[in-house]
Amino acid sequence: MAYSNKIKEIYQNQLNGIKEAGLFKQERFIHSSQDAEIEVEFPAGSAPKKVINVCANNYLGLSSHPDVIKAAHEGLDTRGYGMSSVRFICGTQDIHRELENKVSEFLGTEDTILFPSCMDANAGVFEAILTSEDIMISDRLVHASIIDGMRLCSAQHDTFKHSDMAHLEKKLQLHADKRLKVVINDGVYSMDGDTAKLDEMVALCEKYDAILFVDESHSSGFIGKTGRGTHEKCGVMGKIDIITTTFGKALGGASGGCVSGRKEIVEMCRQKARPYLFSNTIAPVVVSGVLEVLNILSKSTERRDKLEVNTKFWREGLTKAGFVLKDGDTPIVPVMLFNAKLAQDFSKDLFDLGIYAIGFFFPVVPQGAARIRTQISAGHEMHHLEKALDAFIQVGKKYDILGKTKQEIIEMYGN
Amino acid sequence: MEDMKEMILEYVIEEYCDEENDDVTFDTPLISGGIVDSFSMVSLKRFLENKYKISIPDADATPEAFDTVNKIEVLVKKFQ
Ligand SMILES: Cc1ncc(COP(=O)(O)O)c(C=O)c1O
Repeated sequence: MAYSNKIKEIYQNQLNGIKEAGLFKQERFIHSSQDAEIEVEFPAGSAPKKVINVCANNYLGLSSHPDVIKAAHEGLDTRGYGMSSVRFICGTQDIHRELENKVSEFLGTEDTILFPSCMDANAGVFEAILTSEDIMISDRLVHASIIDGMRLCSAQHDTFKHSDMAHLEKKLQLHADKRLKVVINDGVYSMDGDTAKLDEMVALCEKYDAILFVDESHSSGFIGKTGRGTHEKCGVMGKIDIITTTFGKALGGASGGCVSGRKEIVEMCRQKARPYLFSNTIAPVVVSGVLEVLNILSKSTERRDKLEVNTKFWREGLTKAGFVLKDGDTPIVPVMLFNAKLAQDFSKDLFDLGIYAIGFFFPVVPQGAARIRTQISAGHEMHHLEKALDAFIQVGKKYDILGKTKQEIIEMYGN
Repeated sequence: MEDMKEMILEYVIEEYCDEENDDVTFDTPLISGGIVDSFSMVSLKRFLENKYKISIPDADATPEAFDTVNKIEVLVKKFQ
């Protein structure tokens, strides 16, 4: 038997170790489509419970939008279900190229190439465009998929302190001798909800002749006046060399990602990026859905405007109630609890009150920085947010943390 | 030689710490304690090599060998 008891025990021990460390992850089954209200089976085996969802990346509420569903149906009828091929053999339809063009138009870039996911885009892009003569200089809080992409690339790497422009400048000077320098960061940081200083980064990259890379997964569709992303908000449209983003969050939430930016860089990805070359691209039905999403967003800013109003209400409500939040103005609003067990208990009590929000703790966020990450959506109506706010306040009172400072909460619960 | 440890500690605080975690000592676990990640370790290695005119082979530049200032000093001395 190839799978001997010895092998089995190795895995069982590792899994037990994960459980003992309190890091064992379990899925919760949702019996409805993704929306402001969902039906969740939790704990496993119990009857599904209707709750308000405040932890989805469904920022624009488009995941189950009727027009998107209709477009997906039409795509399924006219372009079929699957391609049974990678892009460059016989896996590219007219609508794939149409979507690439639409994304370039939306983001204000020269060209775009689709990837099966943004994880794949980040995993493939660096290796496709850099060699060992080059350097990648990344913010220390970039997303895990970027870290994997950098690991797969032979270029040298260095880091700078999160959003610290003086430190970044020092690193650009230190690596002045490299052939190519790429500065790598997220537009909006998914755990803290803060925004990159892209205007300052563009200036530094121009000064030191570096390429600028931004992952816009938590920005595309709603950050900036017309929702084009962090580069719009920072006034540097057209100046970002490489944007990666996902269709798996605000832009319909199904799946898929892309690299968008300078023509030559996109072409290098088409020639060399392994997840593009060796994996099927986004299915036609999803492509059709995303095309409709971009159509909706190009016609009107109504949804991102509503998201802005909702976000303001939510941040102000929590602040007034006396919660400790992370600063920012994005729809990612982390409610800081500092202690991992408190975050888990808090989340469970919220669920009992009909609110679905998840606790995050080490190693997903730094030790002593446990939190409930809330994410607001244009799909939320005011009554959803009012009910959710009431529940947060009720649970906040139960644990007596309202109006307390970080130090006071840590004194009460530890970190 | 206290000097070398002081020098390394100073670099570690300047390069990796902010107000939240600047209470680093010679024995603070840097890598296993989450203060220095594996990508950031590269700049520490380069600093040591330049500063002390040594070359640390990749095989010796393990997360364990870099985990505290005390251990880093041992490592540097080995290649001096
Ligand atoms: C910043 C960032 N980049 C990339 C991804 C991966 O996106 P996808 O689901 O398209 O692989 C995520 C998703 O968690 C993310 O938060």
